[in-house]
Order: sequence, then structure tokens, then C-alpha cells
Amino acid sequence: MMSCLEARSVSKSYDGLMALDHVSLKANASRITSIVGVNGAGKTTLLKILAGLEEMNDGSILIDSNEISVDALRSHSTMVFQKSIMIGGTVYDNVAYGLRVNGVQSQHIKEKVRGALDTVNLANFEKRKARKLSSGEQQRVAIARALVIEREILLIDEPTANLDPANTTIIEEAIKSAARSRILVLSTHNLPQAKRLSHQVIHLYRGSVIEDRDVEDFFTRPRDEKTRLFVNGELQ
Amino acid sequence: MYTPYAIILGQCILVTPIIVSFTTSALESVDPDVRVLARTLGASGFQTDALVLREARWGVVLAVIAAFNRAFAELGVAMMLGGNIRNVTRVLTTAIALQTAMGDIPLSIALSIILLSIVMTLSIIVSLARKR
Repeated sequence: MMSCLEARSVSKSYDGLMALDHVSLKANASRITSIVGVNGAGKTTLLKILAGLEEMNDGSILIDSNEISVDALRSHSTMVFQKSIMIGGTVYDNVAYGLRVNGVQSQHIKEKVRGALDTVNLANFEKRKARKLSSGEQQRVAIARALVIEREILLIDEPTANLDPANTTIIEEAIKSAARSRILVLSTHNLPQAKRLSHQVIHLYRGSVIEDRDVEDFFTRPRDEKTRLFVNGELQ
Repeated sequence: MYTPYAIILGQCILVTPIIVSFTTSALESVDPDVRVLARTLGASGFQTDALVLREARWGVVLAVIAAFNRAFAELGVAMMLGGNIRNVTRVLTTAIALQTAMGDIPLSIALSIILLSIVMTLSIIVSLARKR
């Protein structure tokens, strides 16, 4: 099992606009690392880079202290997006897609899909049309789809934005369960959620890491003034 | 000229722009995030393209149906390149034109109804299949 995902001095700009400025962080297995920050802080860009879905302009990504290419990174990780993207077809088709493209034998696919759907309380949803589900149910399908391929690194972007408490609870339980056996990085601007779920919290502000602490210290003894303001809901 | 192959070639040239424009439009309408999703789930470049094509499949089917309907109801190409030779290059549209010219209006109307029925049946089948 991989034990550590590390970003070293990662920078990314779009059309000259700096989205990430020499960001460094470490995320360990069996712990939930949350990246928090206001909208536009660069959280999604950072997650996409950690998932191997975006090229960085500068810096490197390391797994267990070994530098890794973008392609190799993509083969070890998967990402759940804020907007759940359902492919046409049933819930089963969606969850099974990752297994099919990774060459899992069809007799194993069924049991793995069932197991993943159970994790997100969607047993018996296999035959439902994925695009006709509620947004909360779609997000749970997206989580199941990511869990079922059993990647060592799971990156989750704003998993419960605009979801009701029932769906939020189910997703949070699935996240906690998933984190036991992998490196899990979560992006959120929901501070109570970060507090509930995380072991480590990283505050990203205008593309830079300004605080990286254990969850308790982050919320009770922030070092940076901007973090204190953010925690108090006063940061613009 | 004046062979079934000439008609086929002419119809192909006629419908190619329809197929290309409808298919391009269908592919462009697929959510770009589908590509990103496929990549993060481990799909190769080819598998990603296949998924995008699958997502656009009804647009592609629509392109084929539109092209078929266009070609099926086309008179000019069949008449010019086929010559409307009995048992060789006579098709429904050229037969309708011939019967109309000969003044056999009931037969030309009957043939027109057959043509319309085929086109409409095909469209209804596709529409029903899409709803399932």
C-alpha cells in the first residue's frame, strides 16, 4: 500500500494568471487530508494535478518519495468531481465502466459493483437510469464508481456541495470508510465538514498554501491571520 | 452512368455533408467532462473516444436517419445518374415521377404513400428506441 502522496513546489498558470504558486503538501494514507479555501483559491486545479488530469507548469509529484509521471499518477489515482457526471445508461453501467476499461473479468464486475453500491446505500439501484437520479444519488453513484476501481489515491472535489443532510451523511460515511485503505484528499469550503472528516487541513489562498496543520490545531490555533479569518467566516 | 453504382455514388456524395455536420454537432454536444471522467477511471485514449462516441450515439443515429431520408426521397440524382431504367435503376422516386408524367396519378400517390410510410416507420422506430 502506498503511504504518502507529496506535491513539491507545484505551479500552474492559465493564460498568465497564476492558479497555483509553488504549492507543496503531503497527504498520508489512512488519514483524510482536506484542502479548504474560498472559491477560486485553486482547490480543484490542485486536485486535478494530483489526479494526473492536468499538467503542471512547474514542480513535481511524488509517491512514497519517488517522483512520478502524470501518466503513472493517473493509473494510481481517481477523482470524484463536484458536478457528478453520469454517463448514459444505468447505475450499473456507470459503476462498472471503470472496471470494464481496466480489464476486470465480467464475472467479478457484478459483485464489485454491488459492494460499491452497498457502501453508498444504493443497493437495488443497479437498473435505474443514472441521469434520472437526484443530484445526491448521482453523487453517491460517482463515489461508488471511484471506490470500485480500488485506486490507492482518491481525490474528492466538494463532494456534498448543495446536498441535503441525509445524502451528506451517507457520503461522509463512505469517505471515512474509503480513507482507511488509501490516500484520500478532499477539497471543500464546508468547514464543519472538514472538521468532522479530516485529520489534516490545508488552507489554500489565492493559489498558495498558507496553513497546513492537524485538524485540531487548524481550527483552534491557526498560525495565519487569514486562516483565522477564514475559520471565523470573515475572509473575503 | 446509368447503373445502380452510379446512383449509390451520387447519393453518397449528396448525404456526406449531412452526416458530417449532424455527427460533428452530436459529438460537440457531449459534455467535455465525460472525457475527463473516462481518463480518471482509467480509460485509454481509444476507450475515451469510444465513450464519447457512445454518448453521442443518438446524434449519430439521427445523422444516419436524416441522410437516409434525404437519399431515399431524392429524385434528381437517381434520375440523372440512374436514368430510370426499368428493373435496373428505377427507384421509388423515379417511378413516382414517371407515373405522374404518364398521368397515372392514383399509382403515383400510392407509391408516394409507400415512400412516406417507410420514412415515417423508420423515424418512429428510432424515436421509440431512444425513449427506452
